[in-house]
Amino acid sequence: MGMLIKLFFSFLQVGLFSVGGGYAAIPLIQNQIVDTHALLTLAEFTDLITIAEMTPGPISINSATFVGTRIAGPFGAVVCSIACIIPSFIICLTLAKFYYKYRDLGGVKTVLAALRPAVVALIASAGMSILLLGLFNSDSLVLNFDNFRIIEFGLFCVGFFAIRKYKINPIAIIFGTGFIGTIIYFII
Amino acid sequence: MNEKKSDKILWQLFKSTFVLSASTFGGGFVIVSLMKKKFVEELKWLDEDEMLDITAIAQSSPGPIPVNASVILGYRMHGVVGSLVAIAGTIIPPMIIISIISVFYTEFRENQVIAIALQVMRVGVAAVIMDVVFNLATNVFKGKSKFYISLMFIAFIATFFFNVSAMLVILLSLAIGISELVIIHFRNTRNI
Repeated sequence: MGMLIKLFFSFLQVGLFSVGGGYAAIPLIQNQIVDTHALLTLAEFTDLITIAEMTPGPISINSATFVGTRIAGPFGAVVCSIACIIPSFIICLTLAKFYYKYRDLGGVKTVLAALRPAVVALIASAGMSILLLGLFNSDSLVLNFDNFRIIEFGLFCVGFFAIRKYKINPIAIIFGTGFIGTIIYFII
Repeated sequence: MNEKKSDKILWQLFKSTFVLSASTFGGGFVIVSLMKKKFVEELKWLDEDEMLDITAIAQSSPGPIPVNASVILGYRMHGVVGSLVAIAGTIIPPMIIISIISVFYTEFRENQVIAIALQVMRVGVAAVIMDVVFNLATNVFKGKSKFYISLMFIAFIATFFFNVSAMLVILLSLAIGISELVIIHFRNTRNI
């Protein structure tokens, strides 16, 4: 039980101090789980990050579940995950209240209008990085065309056409490319 | 709001966040793109500007972006209860998946089929994000403001080519928005 309380506060800190998404959380989790409490070895932690990258969902929730299960089974997983999201819940709820209260004010409108093109750019940049990762298996901007993957390029074109022209469901596009692509790789 | 309708919204909220969370491979902006497709284009619960604002708030708050975005989205649809339902939908899939995989993770990590499927799935994810980006960028162009269009390109070049962090881009855009506000204010007072 004592360990679980310690874990609760560790993941509370992870949730509170990881600003800016998944990769920002990794060093924090490492500090809490590997360095401070020695709950996982560095090798196990590296495995955890690999798995987290291979599965859907935020890295911090993945780690909280993984570590929590080890210490106290499913109950531990729930406790650690809840700890991890308490700061998000309180802070975002507060911001949401302010946002919905003031977003129609003239001044707030002007500021938000300047923010939106930047958000579009951030999403575009994330999309380009994933595309490069898919086509070249590397997100380096120095493109090595020896690594260009023609199958993935074909799948991307088909997927993009399907979603724009025929409005196919995005989830079907994601899993469909995974399924069809894997079959193509095994046939060739 | 009658009880039946509110149950229906909560169930739809849970179902949608659950499915989106289970299919989000590759970070916060992926789920934001999927949310845009689901909640703006399909269910028409939010307008596009609102989704972009939610993205900015979720990105600049502490904690995982998908969870942050669900908190705001849930609150918008059904207050604090909606928020809790959306959080549950978002965190249950990764919890189930990790619990199962943690039992045999060496086999999972070394499985060739899974490795290939994950690699090819990236282009599917990219296709979805690019579709969302096309729609969003088209609307920025339609706004015909040279100022906002340039802001979009500068922000893209900064993040994609120069690795400027998303946080910094948002803060700088906020600063630009506030300066714009101050300039408008002074112009107006001078004219009076």
